[in-house]
Amino acid sequence: MSAGSAYRNPHLMRKVANEIKRLRIDRPIRLMEVCGGHTEAIYRFALRDLLPDWIELTSGPGCPVCVTPNGFIDHAVALARLSGVTIATFGDLVRVPGSTQSLAQIRARGGDVRVFYSPMDALYWTRQHPERTVVFLGIGFETTACTIAAVVQECARDGPANFRMLSALKTMPCALAALLSAPDVHIDGLILPGHVTTVTGMADFQFIAHRFAVPCVVSGFEPLDLMETILMLCRQINEGRAKVENQYLRVVRSEGNLHAQKAISRVFKSCDMEWRGFGSISLSGLSLADEFSYLDATHIQVEVEPIREHPGCRCGEVLRGVCRPDDCALFATACTPEEPCGACMVSSEGACAAVYHFAPVADER
Amino acid sequence: MCLALPMKLLSRSGDWGIGEIGGVRRQVMLTLTPEANVGQYVIVHTGYAIEILDEDEAERTMDLLDKIGAMES
Repeated sequence: MSAGSAYRNPHLMRKVANEIKRLRIDRPIRLMEVCGGHTEAIYRFALRDLLPDWIELTSGPGCPVCVTPNGFIDHAVALARLSGVTIATFGDLVRVPGSTQSLAQIRARGGDVRVFYSPMDALYWTRQHPERTVVFLGIGFETTACTIAAVVQECARDGPANFRMLSALKTMPCALAALLSAPDVHIDGLILPGHVTTVTGMADFQFIAHRFAVPCVVSGFEPLDLMETILMLCRQINEGRAKVENQYLRVVRSEGNLHAQKAISRVFKSCDMEWRGFGSISLSGLSLADEFSYLDATHIQVEVEPIREHPGCRCGEVLRGVCRPDDCALFATACTPEEPCGACMVSSEGACAAVYHFAPVADER
Repeated sequence: MCLALPMKLLSRSGDWGIGEIGGVRRQVMLTLTPEANVGQYVIVHTGYAIEILDEDEAERTMDLLDKIGAMES
């Protein structure tokens, strides 16, 4: 059970689906997930096929790779061009196109770009290579920020001296507020990211439900988790409630992980952050606190090319949920997972990649 | 990116331990979950345990879901 297999029980899936259908909400409703893991699970398990046609599911800005703007990739590419610099990154970021090049292309031309599963692995590698300046690309939300904070603390305690970090770390609550404030966005319910909330706790999201009168449910990642979450959102909508509820009780405590929160607040400070599709959102990012700013890779002098967006790419609109992946003229023609034009086609969690891989060909394209 | 998997903690030694899922074992940092005990499931993201899985709650969730059909029929 703990490994999740019981949460894929088809018999229970049908029961929950029938219960959703029984609610018969008499208007179309739009539910948005804001986590790449949810995006992938919804498509991989074809959950839309189990839902009545009055429910529309849409993806929001929940894939960290996708919301990382070209300027950050360009900065990393510029650093990778310097002799003596190694770029250490999570795998998904390597193929994201920047203004003119991706990290994969720089690597093919001799740049030292290395992929790590854990920031701690990157720190170990850095210790073994004192001759290199290693720049770790910090992307992700609170879930990842706490692990990077732990590594930064370890580095400050025991070295090495050649570890640096370039931060595009983001925080979810401010981004959701910006999203729901946008005039072209209409959402009836939010599926909240289970592992972000594992770290932050539920309180950070209360103001969303309150201010925007939008029902919110924290969800796990198995198909049955998501179906139960959708049922809980429909019940709230039906009863005219807008609360933050927790479906992912086996993992998410309402106060979150206090050790992780402490690590984040010790190592980072809030800053304005650039998001693909949104521009700069006030206080939606994390940069190194003054005590750790000597590790900040922005101190390395480098010339970054001017930002250019790919003409025709609609990733920004996809991330705000105002355009479906297959509404984009580049989708599955000029832009494919093998040769992506936009970030949402690169990561398996990106909405474009999920539709490309899992949506039925006939009615979706 | 926020992908995190439940791994069973097989052993621990100070700040780190060995976790297992589906026969695969790897080092898990326990800095953010100092209360984790051997035998428990921890939720692992980028090599760090970010929470301890509550097996009682997992069972309660399944029981509740099982009852949905009963209420209907």
